[in-house]
Amino acid sequence: MTGDRSGDRSRTTGDKTGAAVRLELPAHLRTLAQVEGEVCLRIDGPVTLTSVLNALEQLYPMLQGTIRDHATRQRRPFLRFFACEEDLSHDSPDAPLPDAVATGKEPLLVIGAIAGG
Amino acid sequence: MSEVRVLVGTRKGAFILSSDGRREKWDVSGPHFAGWEMYHLKGSPADPNRIYASQSSGWFGQLIQRSDDGGKTWNPVGNKFPYEGVPGTHQWYDGTPHPWEFKRVWHLEPSLTDPDTVYAGIEDAALFRSSDGGASWQEISGLRGHGSGPRWQPGAGGMCLHSILLDPGDPQRIFIAISAAGAFRTDDGGATWKPINQGLRSQYIPDPAAEVGHCVHHIAMHPSRPSVLFMQKHWDVMRSDNAGESWHEISGNLPTDFGFAIDVHAHEPDTLYVVPIKSDSEHFPPEGKLRVYRSRSGGNEWEPLTKGLPQSNCYVNVLRDAMAVDQLDQCGVYFGTTGGQVYASANAGDSWTPIVHDLPAVLSVEVQTLP
Repeated sequence: MTGDRSGDRSRTTGDKTGAAVRLELPAHLRTLAQVEGEVCLRIDGPVTLTSVLNALEQLYPMLQGTIRDHATRQRRPFLRFFACEEDLSHDSPDAPLPDAVATGKEPLLVIGAIAGG
Repeated sequence: MSEVRVLVGTRKGAFILSSDGRREKWDVSGPHFAGWEMYHLKGSPADPNRIYASQSSGWFGQLIQRSDDGGKTWNPVGNKFPYEGVPGTHQWYDGTPHPWEFKRVWHLEPSLTDPDTVYAGIEDAALFRSSDGGASWQEISGLRGHGSGPRWQPGAGGMCLHSILLDPGDPQRIFIAISAAGAFRTDDGGATWKPINQGLRSQYIPDPAAEVGHCVHHIAMHPSRPSVLFMQKHWDVMRSDNAGESWHEISGNLPTDFGFAIDVHAHEPDTLYVVPIKSDSEHFPPEGKLRVYRSRSGGNEWEPLTKGLPQSNCYVNVLRDAMAVDQLDQCGVYFGTTGGQVYASANAGDSWTPIVHDLPAVLSVEVQTLP
């Protein structure tokens, strides 16, 4: 996995060594990670929720524990994963993500549930 | 001239209020971490530029932030709080066993001597320590492991370890308190613990004088006299003169002895402050009058302090970590309310002025006295 922590990530494309996945974080996590716009992650191997989040947390260690619980590695209950107008939150984290996400055509969205507050 | 820095944690961010020693004009910095619940911020006594902050969210979990420049800039540090071994169970509200689950950090207590050492009191109740400036955390597992853990139960706010008192005369001695388990003490740096709840009586548990199960809201001490402890319990204000071995009630003439906050004057070990709250179901001051009560006799005789505080239609609460004192010659006293006011007294409580009126609900107030 390699990533891009500099410059405008909003339209970064993949290279030939692996898929480029576009990830859109909630505003609070963008602030925490000090990023603007989308995050671009290059994934070697299967593109799954697990591999994408592993890559994200490696590039932005401050996000560890904020999307997945440290101990259980489960999605935090008030977060959802959307892509291609589908809710992927309850899919296996090791299932392949849609081709449009794996190729960077569509972003993977991490969404905070509407829960008041 | 000395300065004071008031660290305020709220439901939607942190604020830093600064003034010179006169404590008349204040600079307000914030919100820091806007939108996040800031349960507690506290500065290191050994290095006042080092501040630790507990940042949490129902969506994103727990973070710990650290500042090395007095709160101007912050960096996230370690946020992993793994229980040691198999966590086991405690009691749930209905008395059934419930697995121990990490929820949040309620209180951060920096070491008295080492800026890189800090203790964290968490929910579900456990004590953690970091020796590397918050980068990593290890449970002091002797507390949960001492035997009564399966009988601990959550208070209405959760099963939180909210009070940590470090004995300035004995680095091996630590006092902690848990809602609703009670107070505990270690004399060997955390290896072993004992419940120190003899004398407490709580009608909401089957045995009102049980060894554990008491909903202690806060404990306080004066550093010059660390074996004298003061406690605001769910009901009852209590005092121990023997490091918690036994407690006696000092509620005296208080209008109600329910409340959350309790603190001790910086220079008068027998001068105490509490904020009476009407009841456990009506978390606001009696008669709509916000009154701090001060005892100058170590308890039992209390006087209301009202000058500058609203004396009608006031229905805010003052939470357990939302009162603090400074170290200036004329002791300053500070408290925050769930209505977003932070009140300050530069004359030991004789009169009060609001530093800020309209913050989010205040969860915690700490004060740093700077040279």
